[in-house]
Amino acid sequence: MIPNITSIIIFLPLIGALLTMAARGKDAVRWAALVTTLITFGLSLVLWFGFDPAVATNLAPQLADISGPILADSLDIKYYVGIDGLNLLLVLLTTLLGPLVVLASWTYIKKHEKAYYTLLLILQTGVTGVFASYDIILFYIFFELTLIPMYFIIGIWGGENKVYAAVKFVIYTLVGSLLMLVAILYFCYVAGDAVNNGVFTADYYKLLAYNTPLSMQTWLFFLFALAFAIKVPLFPLHTWLPDAHVQAPTGGSVILAGVLLKMGTFGLVKFCLPFFPNAAQEYAMLFAVLAVIGIIYGALVARVQPDAKKLVAYSSVSHLGFVVLGIFAFNLEALQGAMIQMVNHGLSTGALFLIVGMLYERRHTRLMEDYGGIAKSVPVLTFFMVLSVLASAGLPGLNGFVGEFMILLGSFKSTVIGNPLLIALATTGVILAAVYLLWMLYKTFFGPLTSDANREMSDLNARELGLLVPLAAFMIILGLAPNPFLQRSEPATEHLLQVIQEKQAVVLEEARAAQFAQDVPLSLDLPPVTQEIEAPLRETTHTP
Amino acid sequence: MQEYVLLILLLPLAGAVLNGMLGLFVPAWRKNKTLLGGLATACVAVPFALTVLLFLYFHEEPLIATFFTWMQAGDLDLSFAYRIDQLSLIMTLVVTGVGSLIHLYSIGYMHDDDGFWKFFAFLNLFIFMMLNLVLADNLVVLFLGWEGVGLCSYLLIGFWYKELKNTEAANKAFIVNRIGDFAFLLAMFLLFRELGSLDFGTILADPASLSQGTTMWAVLLLFIGATGKSAQIPLFVWLPDAMAGPTPVSALIHAATMVTSGLYLLARMSPVVLNAPDIMMVIAIVGALTAIMAATIAITQNDIKRVLAYSTVSQLGYMFMAAGVGAFFVAIFHVMTHAFFKACLFLGSGSVIHAMHHVEHDLEHKGVDVHHAGADGGHFDAQDMRTMGGLKKYMPSTRWTYLLATFAIAGIPLFAGFFSKDEILFKAFEYGYDGNGYAWFVWIIGLITALLTAFYMMRSYMLTFEGEERWPNADEVHAHESPATMTIPLWVLGILSVIGGFIGLPGVIAHGEWNWIHGFLVGHGDVVGPVAEAAVSPHDPSFLTIEWGLIALGSLIAIVGVYFAYSVYKKHGLAYDEKLKGRFGGLYKTWQGKYYWDEFYDRVVVRPLIGGSEKGLAPFDANVVDGLVNGMASLSSRISGSLRKMQTGVVQNYALAIVLGVAFVIAMLLFS
Repeated sequence: MIPNITSIIIFLPLIGALLTMAARGKDAVRWAALVTTLITFGLSLVLWFGFDPAVATNLAPQLADISGPILADSLDIKYYVGIDGLNLLLVLLTTLLGPLVVLASWTYIKKHEKAYYTLLLILQTGVTGVFASYDIILFYIFFELTLIPMYFIIGIWGGENKVYAAVKFVIYTLVGSLLMLVAILYFCYVAGDAVNNGVFTADYYKLLAYNTPLSMQTWLFFLFALAFAIKVPLFPLHTWLPDAHVQAPTGGSVILAGVLLKMGTFGLVKFCLPFFPNAAQEYAMLFAVLAVIGIIYGALVARVQPDAKKLVAYSSVSHLGFVVLGIFAFNLEALQGAMIQMVNHGLSTGALFLIVGMLYERRHTRLMEDYGGIAKSVPVLTFFMVLSVLASAGLPGLNGFVGEFMILLGSFKSTVIGNPLLIALATTGVILAAVYLLWMLYKTFFGPLTSDANREMSDLNARELGLLVPLAAFMIILGLAPNPFLQRSEPATEHLLQVIQEKQAVVLEEARAAQFAQDVPLSLDLPPVTQEIEAPLRETTHTP
Repeated sequence: MQEYVLLILLLPLAGAVLNGMLGLFVPAWRKNKTLLGGLATACVAVPFALTVLLFLYFHEEPLIATFFTWMQAGDLDLSFAYRIDQLSLIMTLVVTGVGSLIHLYSIGYMHDDDGFWKFFAFLNLFIFMMLNLVLADNLVVLFLGWEGVGLCSYLLIGFWYKELKNTEAANKAFIVNRIGDFAFLLAMFLLFRELGSLDFGTILADPASLSQGTTMWAVLLLFIGATGKSAQIPLFVWLPDAMAGPTPVSALIHAATMVTSGLYLLARMSPVVLNAPDIMMVIAIVGALTAIMAATIAITQNDIKRVLAYSTVSQLGYMFMAAGVGAFFVAIFHVMTHAFFKACLFLGSGSVIHAMHHVEHDLEHKGVDVHHAGADGGHFDAQDMRTMGGLKKYMPSTRWTYLLATFAIAGIPLFAGFFSKDEILFKAFEYGYDGNGYAWFVWIIGLITALLTAFYMMRSYMLTFEGEERWPNADEVHAHESPATMTIPLWVLGILSVIGGFIGLPGVIAHGEWNWIHGFLVGHGDVVGPVAEAAVSPHDPSFLTIEWGLIALGSLIAIVGVYFAYSVYKKHGLAYDEKLKGRFGGLYKTWQGKYYWDEFYDRVVVRPLIGGSEKGLAPFDANVVDGLVNGMASLSSRISGSLRKMQTGVVQNYALAIVLGVAFVIAMLLFS
């Protein structure tokens, strides 16, 4: 029997990790890792072609792999993975970045190669698993699984202050995710009670069918959202990110920015919104405001960083703010923008981290003042840098624009967060992005070549070219022809919004009935909480 | 026809990609400059020829060419769709026509530059983006072109990146333009919220149905976007600095084409703009103030390119005046004539600068210390008119074409600028006469600016070409005329500067029947063109006298201005500037200081923002936001540190705790 393709893509890197552990010598290790990730990427193309958006209108996973209950019959916890419109692009992004990260580490990692590549492969399994899981316990296991390899990657192969950064990364995200675990267990019990004949269930679809009562929604929503907001990271929970990025080796930074952060925004879309739709909408404005603060704040702080890597790290805070904004707009334009922006950010920020890493390998400094005028000595690298900067700054024709434009366009017309002033403030992000990104070009690449070290820098070699060319190609493709990608997620996001809307109505109806039922026999005077919640909802209309 | 549009768009892109990629990866490609430059020129000239064909076969029905979907979600349905109509045809003709000439010119001008290949790649990319801008059938594709030309402008201003100040100028251009683009984006969001579409077909189908609020805000925001790209108050500050780029770039991007895109946008949206009369007033007044401000600055400049830069800002102001009084077709008419004479002037200045660089080389050869041969005792500056003079005997073609273009911009009767500028002034007068008070103000400012224009342009001609040579050792070091690849475009543009105005003969002739550009853009007979215009009440026959009078007034002002400059600079030469300085005192200082806009922005925007981020936000992030996190971490480790002490390991203590706990629970149960 041929194993399920989705499962293969998740676990092939783990098998590769066994290979790298068994391999002898650093070349064998590197090649094993490269071949594994390349094969995984090749296989993941099957997902692209095997996925049919036409039948993805009910959020059912395609190419799914499902087992019976794992622990006990009394607990509905399964191995359940598959591909849908929400995760397809993120899984593909993960498998694409896999070989690129291996190549980026090729010469950068100079000690304990075996351990490094093994951890890298384990990490890829974890991330892919997070995106592909349809069982929330399984999701949680993968979610936490990503922490361990990343902890070691930062802590062993990182920069001067690596231990601090690694510990901070782990504890910060662990605090959030442990609280989420409490919420998950509780939620699975009550939902199981209601929709699964009293049996604890972690099945995404069963959970989705459960209309969480209003009284529970708020605190469950916040426990979930906190974990994801830390991961994104949403202002003011972002301070672990610059430390982690600056200290992490290039490969670690690329994975971190490219896919690890997306686990947060992905979680918001997949769990927070549909599980707790009323609470999500009630507090949408809070998240939108934090997102907009993040956009502006991240950009301004990025502008004054002397360290190029830290600048790119803060730019992530700014860019992810757009994604969160789009998620809480509750309409299709913005949500689709957020979905594509997750991928776009992975490509352009990934490329920026790669390039900063290449500079570091040449000059062993990340301070921009140590460079200057290197466009003369490394023209090809400069070309890719300028392209990545423009993509990141949201220049139309390149990928960044598509996501940002759709997010802002949708947010502006949103009935939930569509305050014109707020969205105008968010839009200043496009000005500020140009400010800090062009500043980096100015300080680093242009001006007179002053030092010999800069003058003698070598341009890209074939390996580095091979790293940047695919990213550049995708930046252009996604910039000019994003529609094939958008169409793969649209049925799913459209359905998600519909589910949210329906559930909101049902929950409100139930709350009203419950209040009525309580009112009559017990004549308890409940404060009119529901009416407050109801008020903003009544005006809400969604795109179909 | 669809294939024509595709070719027109794709050839410049192909040229850019080919020259760019080959140049980047195959060093040998860079050496064959004739082939490289010729290829790039052909990639613009062929689209020009194709546009001419489209123009000839155009049957007054807009042609929409849709290629493929760009993005789609919810109501949003955007395609790469292009529109061939009267307005886009005129703009495409100007862009590819003037563009071809400037490409040809650049082969000679940039010949000795290492970045020759890169230059042509950028220039072709610019043409591609500009064509997207003028041909777009929806606001987002227009915006693609809009930001794309901004990118090319950035790349070309910072072309000589080894000088940090060039990159500074490039950054300034890009960021200031982005501020305008920010407003443009908001305008699109507004329109989309109300219409659910950004296609011109939908937006312009029934402008009256748009709500008043949306119309007003959208027009205001689009206008702010236009002030960025088209260099008006308050966002004009980037354009003078943009002269850091090679001179053909100044001619093509920063004079003839890109900077007029704001006007194109307003003309394209003219049916909507007309529904926002308050904003039209703002547009007209901003245009008038920009025009006179830039003209006064131009008088005081010594750098030949900076005179032309401020003159461009000023002329763009005229175009906005026209838009503000509802005469969008005149704005486009002036865009066109301005493209001819201003490109001619810039290329002429380039020819001069080219010659002066050779003078500098020869001086160096002769052992003259060029580091101290400048007018201020600094380095010899090939762009400084104070060390030029007398070039007419060395550079006849450059001189004559420069003079023709000067007459055109000054508005000497029958030259191209005369017709378009006069029409602007007339429209302002007419609109005022019709009861719109602000138009009077615009008209008067327009008249004063016309006088200033004639004066400062003639001054630049006189200082450059007439009088004595003012560079050192002028008796043995001579200037030389530029090669034919440079003088041919000059002559073509020079001739167009003379005859280009006849497509828009004023209303006094044959009752406006011969005003071809009006008929073409606005419509004639049953044909309705794409450009709307403000309705004015019909005039009684006596108005014809006023019209003739206005034409006479306009002519007089131009002739007086030119003649005055001619006579004073003929007599006093450079010394006349000192007289001006003496006569206008503080005012002259303000002009020379460019009204201190840069200083103002630096103090009010740039420094607070950067300084605030550096001294406020970054420490806040490190100490407060992160401090809280670390504080919580150390707090919890302190708490657990003290809790640890309770685990004494003495069994009696634990037993005591258990007893107390049990007692507590029992008590709770009893009393609750």
